[in-house]
Amino acid sequence: MSLLAPKLPESPLPDSPLPEPFAGWFAGRGWHPHAHQVELLAAAEAGHSALLVAPTGGGKTLAGFLPSLVDLTRSPRADKRSLHTLYISPLKALTVDVHRNLEVPVGDMRLPIEIETRTGDTPENRRVRQRVRPPDILLTTPEQIALLTAHRDAPILFGQLRYIIVDEVHALAGGKRGDLLALGLARIAGLAQQPRRIGLSATVADPETLGRWLAPLAPPRLVRGAPGPKPAVRILASKQYIPWAGHTARYAYPEILQAVREAKTALIFVNTRSQAELIFQELWRINDDNLPIALHHGSLEVGQRRKVEAAMARGDLRAVVCTSTLDLGIDWGAVDLVIQIGAPKGVSRLLQRIGRSNHRFDAPSRALLVPSNRFEVLECRAAIAAIAENDLDGDRARPGARDVLAQHILGVACASGFDAAELHAEVASTLPYSDLDRAEFDRIVDLVATGGYALRAYDRYRRIRQGPDGKWRVVHPDVARLYRLNVGTIVEEPMIRVRLGNRVLGEVEEYFIEQLVPGDTFVFAGEVLRFEGLRDMAAFVTRAPGADAKVPAYAGGKFPLSTLLAARVRRQIADAARRKTSRDQVDEWLQIQAWRSVLPEPDQLLVETFPRGNRWYLVAYPFEGRLAHQTLGMLLTRRMERMRFRPTGFVASEYALAVWGLHRAERIDALFAEDMLGDDLEGWLAESSLLKRTFRHCAIIAGLIERRHPGLEKSGRQVTFSSDLIYDVLRKHEPDHVLLKATWADAAHGLLDVRRVADMLVRVQGRIVHRALDRISPLAVPVMLEIGKEPVWGEAQDAMLAEAADVLIEEATRLV
Amino acid sequence: MMVNGARLVPDPSGALWWPGEKTLVVADLHFEKGSSFATRGRNFLPPYDTRATVEALARLVRHYTPKRLIALGDSFHDDGAAGRLHIDDVARLKRVAEQTELVWIAGNHDPVPPDGLGGRVEEEVVIGPLRFRHIPEGREAGEVAGHLHPKATVVVRGHGLTRRCFVTDGVKLVLPAFGAYAGGLDVRDPAFLPLFRRRFTAWMLGDARVFPVPAARLGAAESEATA
Repeated sequence: MSLLAPKLPESPLPDSPLPEPFAGWFAGRGWHPHAHQVELLAAAEAGHSALLVAPTGGGKTLAGFLPSLVDLTRSPRADKRSLHTLYISPLKALTVDVHRNLEVPVGDMRLPIEIETRTGDTPENRRVRQRVRPPDILLTTPEQIALLTAHRDAPILFGQLRYIIVDEVHALAGGKRGDLLALGLARIAGLAQQPRRIGLSATVADPETLGRWLAPLAPPRLVRGAPGPKPAVRILASKQYIPWAGHTARYAYPEILQAVREAKTALIFVNTRSQAELIFQELWRINDDNLPIALHHGSLEVGQRRKVEAAMARGDLRAVVCTSTLDLGIDWGAVDLVIQIGAPKGVSRLLQRIGRSNHRFDAPSRALLVPSNRFEVLECRAAIAAIAENDLDGDRARPGARDVLAQHILGVACASGFDAAELHAEVASTLPYSDLDRAEFDRIVDLVATGGYALRAYDRYRRIRQGPDGKWRVVHPDVARLYRLNVGTIVEEPMIRVRLGNRVLGEVEEYFIEQLVPGDTFVFAGEVLRFEGLRDMAAFVTRAPGADAKVPAYAGGKFPLSTLLAARVRRQIADAARRKTSRDQVDEWLQIQAWRSVLPEPDQLLVETFPRGNRWYLVAYPFEGRLAHQTLGMLLTRRMERMRFRPTGFVASEYALAVWGLHRAERIDALFAEDMLGDDLEGWLAESSLLKRTFRHCAIIAGLIERRHPGLEKSGRQVTFSSDLIYDVLRKHEPDHVLLKATWADAAHGLLDVRRVADMLVRVQGRIVHRALDRISPLAVPVMLEIGKEPVWGEAQDAMLAEAADVLIEEATRLV
Repeated sequence: MMVNGARLVPDPSGALWWPGEKTLVVADLHFEKGSSFATRGRNFLPPYDTRATVEALARLVRHYTPKRLIALGDSFHDDGAAGRLHIDDVARLKRVAEQTELVWIAGNHDPVPPDGLGGRVEEEVVIGPLRFRHIPEGREAGEVAGHLHPKATVVVRGHGLTRRCFVTDGVKLVLPAFGAYAGGLDVRDPAFLPLFRRRFTAWMLGDARVFPVPAARLGAAESEATA
């Protein structure tokens, strides 16, 4: 994020609203401070907290630090054992970047201000020193806040804190990391004397709620930056045939390469790691000019990633193919084009990515959208319309996660101990936990102490205990050590290292390796590799150049199509029905649909049934995203089973859902009745592997089971059990356990997206349009093409085992 | 399933039923594995694993009404396990012991299985063509053992399915772990190599059936343990 975003002075320089030496420094550079910088400084000096909402560029970060720099210049810290300013960012890399940028004005003005960063990478001795003799300004992450507040010395360290700056607030609030930070901020409020909070945020739909998240007790002043120029976003006008389905955008590779050729430096964003690998490979296959194009995603080895970042910073690269790892943060001034391949998924998300280009205030960002199939064309059009109308995705508020609260409570017990009534009041003062009553708080204290089980099996192994003074403290220093190892809300999927000889290429998810058989080929780190076998927690591979890679099935991004964008796609479809002429192949496709079946109105749900092969198909088009459709598919098949339609499988895409079976589905209204979310949902959750994964994450965050720490596994320190099994056992024997409720709450918003299924069912009651067709419709083709690429759930697994067993019988009975 | 001439029935629960001798066999119950985590690292796993295991055992005894029940060792997860048993679980176990002749084979986790829970303790037991012991040695025909917690992965239509399994070459047999929290070791691990000279079959546990899958059909090993 650039601090040095100048705005040229208009006519003669008026009296500066800034004090010296800042006024002189600005003037010396021929700059005039932005209105929002002045406004924020005034609010802070008057003792208010403030939320600055401004687009990328525009000196947002400097605005955030100005009040603190001015204050430190006027009156240096009296107590050198306490911090003056705390800066919190969601990214480690951002703290380093901001540090570098802050050094410029501080150095130029020779301000006697010490600035340091503190992240997981900071060496232990420096971290100790930072606690004892802290700098004026500490740049850090939410996890470090948790660790610092959990320390005995916290009251001294934060005692004289004046300013807390939270960067990219919009990216933190609303998630578990945001919950952890909100609790940490409440803790600090109790230790310090009214530090002012300054939030920095990209443009959001609901800044008031974000403001209450930042400073719940005294709503902050809302300061708005001037909107920058509208970004210039266009959809690739391909001369090629746009496919009906798929996620590779293969048709557009030559045109993408041409766009890279015409730009100075381009960031090519894709939604998944496997897409990144594939596109990187394919671009190089046709890269006859040898344009320096690099690859960057979260599973690559760290050294590799740093190399790419450094080359980018030096301006050595013409393009980087990347995933959400580069969504936030670092200022790469030279980027003049963002290419988004595949669905934008959400408007705010897309804007964030687009903002990576032309990181300067006065120049519009340029972006090129490359839809990989026809539905994505509609989604891209919807996104561009939304950007033009400034229509942003609003997140639905969710209650603070209970597992995060458990972690926080243990942290507070590690520090000075706590009085339950006081801590409950403090926790309930945060926005995410404002609804938490005392009884539930006490249940979570019990969870921390003994696991909170009705069986009371662990009372004698409790981790925290109430002293004679009524305060809860940890029983043993070992517990505090355990807490420090487990702090944080990011639980990684179990990962397996990929080794080529002695070289580690990076890591992939364990479940991906599980499905490989030695000899299988896959694309990773930009190469085609052959899987040779698994040894010592590593997948050994050899190079297999030229081989056809078994590219992993598209697993879908982490983020589903946003509600806002979904509504706009529905409108696009309805609008196409009203147009008489067609402008392109996508219009043609929709008009054939209108003729063969129907194009639904935005508030309707279209359901088609038709025969194909020896099966009957039901295709519904809710446009609620893959996760919600998967949940809906599970529920529908259970219900169809009961109605004796004999369903045998289903497949979900971002836009539609197809179920097939032996009989034609009828009574469609009854099939989609709202009560689907009752017993059917309960029944399915019992088996859902997604829920087991969610449970594992909650149990780790809550501290009931330890994280896996690489290196410790070998030494036997880490013990082994399957979290699937403990989920099953707990669900059966104590279905009301607080952690199961936390798992359920996560699932409602996360992997199962139950909330969206519920909202959709309510919306479409009485508005279901059923078409019984004699064959497949044009709109149904994309989702039908996905059949066979999907993971298999639940009951179908027995059928697959039987299939494997049949091979044995066939082998055994074969005569030759 | 035939092992050294005996006709055996693998149960989807992971237990083995020998109709000819009216004998039920289970391996690696690992009672109180859950609470062992609380004693060592203060990890609080749901403390219901023993209950789940004992209930499953009681169900099997009701269903098969065996003359004899053999627990193939590692029935108790550690020395202190018996002391941590909930009194309700003790009572349930004793009821099982009253209904059948209960034999505790000694294992490496429980070299001296506790008394006072009913049944008798043996190092190994020979019945007809079969020899029951905890750790498989792979020397004698008819050896039936546990200890290794076998599991297998099969790849069907591009999807890997991992299940606990019985492993046999028709001469010897290794049972899957029966305990609710017991982890697993992939059958392609070198530990299985010396046990089966002939190509073996993994009888994988489905929800309602057990599916025989030949070794050649099995997929990549899953790494040990998902904690």
